[in-house]
Amino acid sequence: MRYFADWIIENLEFTRAIPSEYVYLIIMVVGGLLLLLFVVPMAGALTFVERRVAGKMQSRIGPNRVGPQGIFQFVADGVKLILKEDIIPTAADRRLFKLAPYIVFVGSFLTFAALPFSQKLIAADLNIGILYIFAVSSMVVVGIIMSGWASNNNLSLLGGMRSAAQIISYEVPQILSVLAVILLTGTLGMQGTIKAQGWAPQHWFLFHNPFAFIAFFVFFISAVAECNRIPFDIPEAESELVSGYNTEYSGFRFGLFFLAEFANVYVISAVAVTLFLGGWNTPFYLPTGIWGLLPSAVNLAGLITFLIKTFVLVFVCMWLRWTLPRLRVDQLMTVGWKYMVPIAFFNLVGTAVWMLVWGDKSIAALLGG
Amino acid sequence: MPEFRTEEMVLNMGPQHPSTHGVMRFVVHTDGEVMRVAKPDVGYLHRSIEKIAEKLKYPQFMPFTDRIDYLAAMNCNMGYAMTVEKLAGIEVPPRAEYIRVIASELNRIASHLISVGVMGLELGAVTPFLHAIRERETINDLMEELCGARLTYNYIRIGGVAQDLPAGFAEKTIEFLDHFVPAVDEYNRLLSYNKIFVKRMADVAVISAENAVDYGLVGPNLRASGVKWDLRRDEPYSVYPQFEFDIPVGTGEKGQVGDCYDRYMLRIREMVESSRIIKQCLAAVPDGPVQTKLPASLKVPEGEAYVRTESVRGELGYYVISDGSDKPYRLRIRTGSFSAMSIVELTSRGLMIADLVALIGSLDVVAPEIDR
Amino acid sequence: MELIDYLPIFILLIIAVLFVGGTILVSHMVGRRKYGKEKMSPYESGMIPVGDARRRFSVKFYVVAILFVIFDIEVVFMYPWAVIFKKLGVFGFVEMMIFIAILLVGFIYIWKKGALEWA
Repeated sequence: MRYFADWIIENLEFTRAIPSEYVYLIIMVVGGLLLLLFVVPMAGALTFVERRVAGKMQSRIGPNRVGPQGIFQFVADGVKLILKEDIIPTAADRRLFKLAPYIVFVGSFLTFAALPFSQKLIAADLNIGILYIFAVSSMVVVGIIMSGWASNNNLSLLGGMRSAAQIISYEVPQILSVLAVILLTGTLGMQGTIKAQGWAPQHWFLFHNPFAFIAFFVFFISAVAECNRIPFDIPEAESELVSGYNTEYSGFRFGLFFLAEFANVYVISAVAVTLFLGGWNTPFYLPTGIWGLLPSAVNLAGLITFLIKTFVLVFVCMWLRWTLPRLRVDQLMTVGWKYMVPIAFFNLVGTAVWMLVWGDKSIAALLGG
Repeated sequence: MPEFRTEEMVLNMGPQHPSTHGVMRFVVHTDGEVMRVAKPDVGYLHRSIEKIAEKLKYPQFMPFTDRIDYLAAMNCNMGYAMTVEKLAGIEVPPRAEYIRVIASELNRIASHLISVGVMGLELGAVTPFLHAIRERETINDLMEELCGARLTYNYIRIGGVAQDLPAGFAEKTIEFLDHFVPAVDEYNRLLSYNKIFVKRMADVAVISAENAVDYGLVGPNLRASGVKWDLRRDEPYSVYPQFEFDIPVGTGEKGQVGDCYDRYMLRIREMVESSRIIKQCLAAVPDGPVQTKLPASLKVPEGEAYVRTESVRGELGYYVISDGSDKPYRLRIRTGSFSAMSIVELTSRGLMIADLVALIGSLDVVAPEIDR
Repeated sequence: MELIDYLPIFILLIIAVLFVGGTILVSHMVGRRKYGKEKMSPYESGMIPVGDARRRFSVKFYVVAILFVIFDIEVVFMYPWAVIFKKLGVFGFVEMMIFIAILLVGFIYIWKKGALEWA
């Protein structure tokens, strides 16, 4: 975003009249609104896509009435949610009950700040981007447990507790598996991580070395667990807890939990693409020199590449959801602590050894001589 | 030092809860995730079917038997018809007997498909359920051709069946079975042998053979505990003795004998066995009438009769007392779901909440059958 | 890296809060409202809830929380190490192996103690 601000100040005459701080501010507000305009419809559209995908997998059609092929279904759903009655149970802790959706949505929306979309499209390319994303996305669990507690409902409370236990259990292997990548790049920045990879699959960190390969799966499985999706959807297991922590929520408050969930699916997929699948790298050479206000063609190609890769992973999440049964809470903990954590530790040590022996050379580089 | 303890949480599962098929209730006492005990509370779907019978003439009661177990209405029809026939000494034409068996076994497959599909649904796998429903749809279509109804058939009548088989029924049924039996393997690959599914089901809620007998479990739930008891074989009725079929029993193939997985897998195997019976039956249907002529007002001689048949959910018994009039003096129905509910309290101790859902699903209880 | 790089995050935070607040407000205004005693009671599968939901809860969940706090803090220590690992070389490797070894001893201890068991 800074990049665009700098460009505008440099190239547009009329902006010189205003102090550059204001220009920065305006650009950032506009950029933030654009991001919101991306996230909310995207998360909404994902609910529609998910239902259509589920339909295809279950040999039925899925929603196809609102608009061509039903693509406006999510708009109709959104309007419906807004029109719904807003209920706060009398026994609930009103303040916490109201606060919880804020935290859940803010937690998932703020992660987008550090998510790259293309070579130049990133709200804030922090030098601690990876750490920031983990930190902010952890806020979601606070909101979830808050909603479970505030509802004053046995099922909600159990759902909130399960969610907390699950998310924090899987955070450990997730963070450990990312260390493998950080060892290779020596940076915590998102863009820096992508730049360290190439456009071709053999230059992705996924295929960098065997440990990175395992790390990807540890990361992705943990990330799916963090999103509370099947096979790890025990916090909202509908056959046990009705709807878990959001049982008592109605109307748009409920909708926000839903939006946040789907936004999170995008986030984990985007982070996985950034860390392991080469991000926006395209075969095209990014020329320096002439720039337009709009992202250049290369930038656009990078954006498309990134989005395609991300939505492939989002699709994998949906595929998992409509194929697998869910785990039980003790099995979930067993998988998390007794399998994922040791594997992640092993991976970390393995990557460090690899680095000592071969430096940051990948398998492809070693084989190629 | 004060003793640390966690308070017991009392959780109501039902009457309005996604995991209770129909309206039933479990009062769950839990310590966090682990259940101390789950007490079933029945009676939410009581419709006085037994009392209604006393006010209706014998043939008029037949549609009510559909509502005892709506997933296996054909079997319920058959049990009632057989009871009244026994009491009144009515002969059933051989062709009708064969058609009854075909219809009941088709119904058994349909009901087991629901049970198997719902088992996946309970554990969070939605897709297998819809695949199962898809297969069941064909059976529903066949049933519709046979008797005009898709769920509550009222097809088997006292002294025979309502209509003869429609033209082309046999071919369509065989076509379905030829598709269905290989498709079972597909479902097994999709769900039954899924690692997570096996983990969720194996060694969970084990019911020993002894307990199963003590608590009066019947049908698939009893057989899954390793007791080889099937009325179609052990107390043969209708034309079952003429057919060759196996009685699957629980083997503990992934865990212990009598766990949830055994109960689930048993139903899958029973569907295949039912297919075998239907095929043999279709090949052997004799020609002839399908209904005995009955007097306009059927008067049943004084006496009483108890007939039990192997319904989908196990032994389905009708006990009819007649005072010589055209209405039963008293009618009593013994159903498999009711006894299955009674063992929940014993089995639930020490399970996790999620296991209770698996247990209820694997017992395959149908709410109206519990309460009648 | 300047503080201005964090400004977008602050702005996004404001935008997100305004979005949530705005939609809830709109929803609150246009949504129909018809409250009743039954509707406002917590959902308990159609029964009247037994007691309050806020009570002493199973200790298992707290054990997991404590484990998380310990492990997460240890793991965060590894982040700076990982970033400069290339410069540290063998020295850094050995240091971290000792650290991980200590951590693993603790991990094995809680495993054997049964802190990871649920049933």
